[in-house]
Amino acid sequence: MSAIDPSDRYRRREQGLMLLLASPAVIVIVALVVLPVGWLMGQSFYDNGFTLENYRRIFSEDIYWRSFMLTFRIALMVTLLTLILGYPVAYAAAHVRRPWDVLILSFVILPFWTSVLVRAYAWLVLLQRTGVANQVLERFGLIGEPLALVHNELGTVIATVHILLPFMVLPLYSTMQKIPRELMLAGASLGGGPLHSFLRIFLPLSLPGVIAGLTLVFVLTLGFYITPELLGGGRTIMISMVVSRNVELYNQWGAASAVGVVLLVCVLAIFIAVGRIIPLDKMLGQK
Amino acid sequence: MAESGGERVEIRSASKIYGSVQALDGVSLDIAPQEFVSLLGPSGSGKTTLLGILGGFIQPSGGLILFGGRDVTFTPPHKRDIGIVFQNYALFPHMSVGDNVAFPLRARRLPKSTYAKRVRSALAMVDLAGYEERGIAQLSGGQRQRVALARAMIFEPRLILMDEPLSALDKQLRESMQIELRQLHKRLGATIIYVTHDQREALTMSDRVAILKDGKLVQIDAPTRLHDHPNNAFVASFIGEAALLPVERVDAERVSLAGTVLATSRKMPPAGDLLLAIQTEKLLVADSTDAPGRNRFSARVTDIVFQGESLRVFLALDGGATLSLRQPSHYEAARRIPPIGERIQVSLHPQDTIIVPKGD
Repeated sequence: MSAIDPSDRYRRREQGLMLLLASPAVIVIVALVVLPVGWLMGQSFYDNGFTLENYRRIFSEDIYWRSFMLTFRIALMVTLLTLILGYPVAYAAAHVRRPWDVLILSFVILPFWTSVLVRAYAWLVLLQRTGVANQVLERFGLIGEPLALVHNELGTVIATVHILLPFMVLPLYSTMQKIPRELMLAGASLGGGPLHSFLRIFLPLSLPGVIAGLTLVFVLTLGFYITPELLGGGRTIMISMVVSRNVELYNQWGAASAVGVVLLVCVLAIFIAVGRIIPLDKMLGQK
Repeated sequence: MAESGGERVEIRSASKIYGSVQALDGVSLDIAPQEFVSLLGPSGSGKTTLLGILGGFIQPSGGLILFGGRDVTFTPPHKRDIGIVFQNYALFPHMSVGDNVAFPLRARRLPKSTYAKRVRSALAMVDLAGYEERGIAQLSGGQRQRVALARAMIFEPRLILMDEPLSALDKQLRESMQIELRQLHKRLGATIIYVTHDQREALTMSDRVAILKDGKLVQIDAPTRLHDHPNNAFVASFIGEAALLPVERVDAERVSLAGTVLATSRKMPPAGDLLLAIQTEKLLVADSTDAPGRNRFSARVTDIVFQGESLRVFLALDGGATLSLRQPSHYEAARRIPPIGERIQVSLHPQDTIIVPKGD
């Protein structure tokens, strides 16, 4: 074959054109994400010369350890709760007839139009000692004392679940909607009862959506700031709040950066581990 | 695989109404054990609705469905024990071929130790021995079709429903699968109800063909009878490549086509307007050696289309009515067709002179 195969040249030209299309986004990401993050990472190792002091402090001081544990615990709880609450909603939306699916999804998306801050305050009003939730429970005689629903971990979890629910429902819905209805009919015709067919056919085929939802909610919860700040009552110090305090109270950019770097490494480690355990490409079907 | 024996299927005036649309209108059918019956009709004829009712996915608005004398009208699909082959196979994409085929065994909680052997024999039956570990995406269309068949047969159902199972295959594969399905049917001994819109497929495979139109059963008969004794103009036009020409009644055995009197040895409808149904292959180019008694008339050649093994010759009568005939494309036969625009003498045997009523 000679070097001047015209189809080769054509293909290379097209390849170049495609890269050109992507370049504005690449430039923006490099300028606004990669460079600042790189700079922050550099900061974490720098204090009048190279130092590991910031990292030594994270691994030796109890407050950091507790904050990391709390953050991951909340993220895990929120993720599981959104899955438990979101799966049936997505299932219903994927199975009902035309106007109803739109209605369900509208209710899921509607809260998006309100700011996180407003929603956090709304939860404060609902959940506080004299709030609607406690008043209703007391009136029906279900509780004698007002419950501590807010200014703690519970309040943070409740509000975060509410805010992040759409991030679970939407990927689930989009995956479920693509599962051919005929597969469940086939399952039934072949003798699979509703539960058997669901567990063996629908559930495995919806797993890509489950994983997408879990990932989104988990990662977003790790970085939550406003909700725990307002509903945590100062006792629920999540990792983002540690970062913010390092910067705002102590002007410790290096320490704040180091926390961010450790969080990033933890998340990556978790995803690599999960990816090892769960064979993702198998779940997505050998396309 | 053991002989499973066929199920007797009785459909008693089954109806289905969707809003204001009557999808199925009082269809009654008795299907004998081990019979191969096709439901044939254009889209919207109700054949898929009827299949859904038999499968248990659709609840009829009225009527009864009996399997072997048992009323199953409202039995859920997973308790009906019928194998269904869907139009696009509905194989489970996340399972291997073996797991797909074993699904009915798992669903019935049969002893696990029997799976491997039964899967092997079911796959052997459809010529896919050794394919257990393959992924669905690695299979060709014809292979997927076979997996779907194996999966529908493995639990030895007494009734198998097929919803246009061959429509996604190319012509050659489709024709060889038709023959295979016929042979498989004989070996399995199950009753098969087969939905199709392809009349040729229905005629090739079935013991009887039920023709549906607008949710009603128009005629159910053996293929040859359907071809030769259509009940009405719809059946005549749907089966084969018939031209329907208006004719006048002369007497009990003769009609007049644009002035030419044709004899028929078929029973004529007792009253009403008549149509002559001429199948393309029954109209011959007239010849001096023709048997006496054949109906003859003349027409003008308007077009000749080469279709491989045959020529389709389009003709116009003097009154303007159009029809066509088929002639083998070999030299001897083809040279008897005059060029376009010329006149041609054609003949039709009284046995093939089929008269149907004009109304529905």
